Amino acid sequence: MELKEKLVSSFLAFENTVDIDAPVHDIRSQAIKVFEEKGFPTKKEEAWKYTSLNTILKHDYSVFPKEENALEFKDVKKYFLHDLDTYKIVFIDGIYSSHLSETTHDKIDVCLMSSALTKDKYKPLIDNYFNKIARQDGLSSLNTAFSKEGAYIYIPKNKLADKPIQIIHFSTGKESSLLLQPRNLIIVEENSHVQIIERHQSLTENQVLTNSVTEIFADKRAVVDYYKIQNDNQNASLIDNTYIEQQAQSLASVHTFAFGGNITRNNLNFFQKGEGIDSVLNGITIIEEKQHVDHNTLVHHTAPNCESHQDYKGIFDEKAIGVFNGKIIVNKEAQKTNAFQSNNNILLSDKATINSKPQLEIFADDVKCSHGCTIGQLDENALFYMRSRGIGEKEAKALMMYAFANNVLESVKIPQLKSRINKLIANKLNVDIGFDL
Amino acid sequence: MLEIKDLHASVEEKEILKGLSLNVKAGEVHAIMGPNGSGKSTLANIVAGKEDYEVTKGEILLNGEDMEELAAEERAHKGVFLSFQYPVEIPGVTVTNFMKTAINETRKAQGLEEMPAKDMLKKIREKSELLEIDRKFLSRSLNEGFSGGEKKRNEIFQMAMMEPKLAILDETDSGLDIDALRIVANGVNKLKGGDNAIVVITHYQRLLEYIVPDFVHVLYDGKIVKSGTKELALELEEKGYDWIKEEINA
Repeated sequence: MELKEKLVSSFLAFENTVDIDAPVHDIRSQAIKVFEEKGFPTKKEEAWKYTSLNTILKHDYSVFPKEENALEFKDVKKYFLHDLDTYKIVFIDGIYSSHLSETTHDKIDVCLMSSALTKDKYKPLIDNYFNKIARQDGLSSLNTAFSKEGAYIYIPKNKLADKPIQIIHFSTGKESSLLLQPRNLIIVEENSHVQIIERHQSLTENQVLTNSVTEIFADKRAVVDYYKIQNDNQNASLIDNTYIEQQAQSLASVHTFAFGGNITRNNLNFFQKGEGIDSVLNGITIIEEKQHVDHNTLVHHTAPNCESHQDYKGIFDEKAIGVFNGKIIVNKEAQKTNAFQSNNNILLSDKATINSKPQLEIFADDVKCSHGCTIGQLDENALFYMRSRGIGEKEAKALMMYAFANNVLESVKIPQLKSRINKLIANKLNVDIGFDL
Repeated sequence: MLEIKDLHASVEEKEILKGLSLNVKAGEVHAIMGPNGSGKSTLANIVAGKEDYEVTKGEILLNGEDMEELAAEERAHKGVFLSFQYPVEIPGVTVTNFMKTAINETRKAQGLEEMPAKDMLKKIREKSELLEIDRKFLSRSLNEGFSGGEKKRNEIFQMAMMEPKLAILDETDSGLDIDALRIVANGVNKLKGGDNAIVVITHYQRLLEYIVPDFVHVLYDGKIVKSGTKELALELEEKGYDWIKEEINA
């Protein structure tokens, strides 16, 4: 049976595990119909021209985790930012691990989507926000249909989340192939701040496909910083659908560090709904072998005097494939918009590929929009310069790649995270540079 | 220290060096002068280990050891330093971090421990003062947005940090005003000693007033066609290169 049919028929079984009388279940039932109609995207669709899901859809995925699996902290410690005090929402094979987590209901809510979707006290917020900005496409609808678990974060008015929040999804490989569909909802009210770090980590070589949906609402003057670490092993694929709605004068940033995995697709969407908004989309992609990373971004400017800044850097070795498709829409009303986009790439091998495509749809006449894309190799003169100072070829290359990615790292606001990303890059490049940039 | 014997080298099948020989002993300063296109920078780059050139004949020996098979970094580890005519901009790597990496990589290759951070800082302070380099400069990206003179001063700062055995200065005087020239020359002269050597490549005699050479060579059409003492540089300054060309062609 094809995966699509299997999923549609699994929906009946899924309904046995949730309260089908809850209003949210109408949304699910609606969504499974949309998925049934639209299915998985194919390369015929413009937005999927360079990324095919065929190879990862052919596996016979388990759709529901059968049993609760336990992990010892010491065994997975390295995947945490453990030198930093954080809240933690941890899932193992899609099931919440209270043992590894540290949640709170003190002034702010850092807890579980399963609670938010079922408990009465969350109902007004769920009614207001759940599935309000996720696109009604096949993948997001599939996630909505099976939405049950994930992270739920609510920061009420005038509150600073007192520490960053880590959301970590482990898969243990108990199932030979596993489909995970986390659903996150993050609501940050007026003047509030939050920092979130998200990571997906498979612990074995078994197949994992994650189809994740995250909806983020940043109210007036809210500040949201979201960091995604994508450094999974070669049999783990990720489709990340993130939707962010921003109200006036809010600042939202998403950093995506894509260093691993099989196929990774980031659908990152910003919807600006007021004046004076700033949206930041930064990414570093460093991949090799046959890895495939596709960044598909959308920034929709609908009101005057807003900004968006996109800076994606990519380094591709061996047969790696990168895709950057950045769409900016500026509505007629959105005068004085400043929208910047840059996508710079280094190809280290003749067989590596990058497809870079800016898409600007500008309907206002008084705007500053710029986009730039570069594709190149490492500068031979610079390499010789460094080597003539005694720096070995491998280290010199690494240093140049660090330098290339540096301005994206600069904007990471959590020092421990920055240092971790530095280490991940050093590991990736197989060097010890000896200092953080 | 450096022995070059009948060196022939070409780039993309065009022969640039056509039988160049040079012998530089420890403690000596040699100046290589010559008109544009005579092969001066090629010589500097080949000695430093740039791979774009093909050595078709002859050899380069450093303290008796053939350098042909050595990569640029291995030559640096053995004490070769090239002050670039056009230093490369490396955005994102600060001068300080670059120097720390260069020195520690070199020490590692020499079987030494990394230099303790305290010593490194002390050395950086000392050498930057010698070259009258502002401290703020050291935390800027290497050569990025530096003026021509700042880049050259930075090259000599790096030289002072690396303390090479053989320093080759490729047109270090170009782009320098007279004050900067004096500072740079002072930095170079501080390095001078009995166990190292300096090769100064220049168009003009000006730099040689400050860095006084023991020998002056004229490079023309890929060969050293005339050698002499510092007086030769004065003569070249006065009369240009035409008389040398005539002498050769005669």
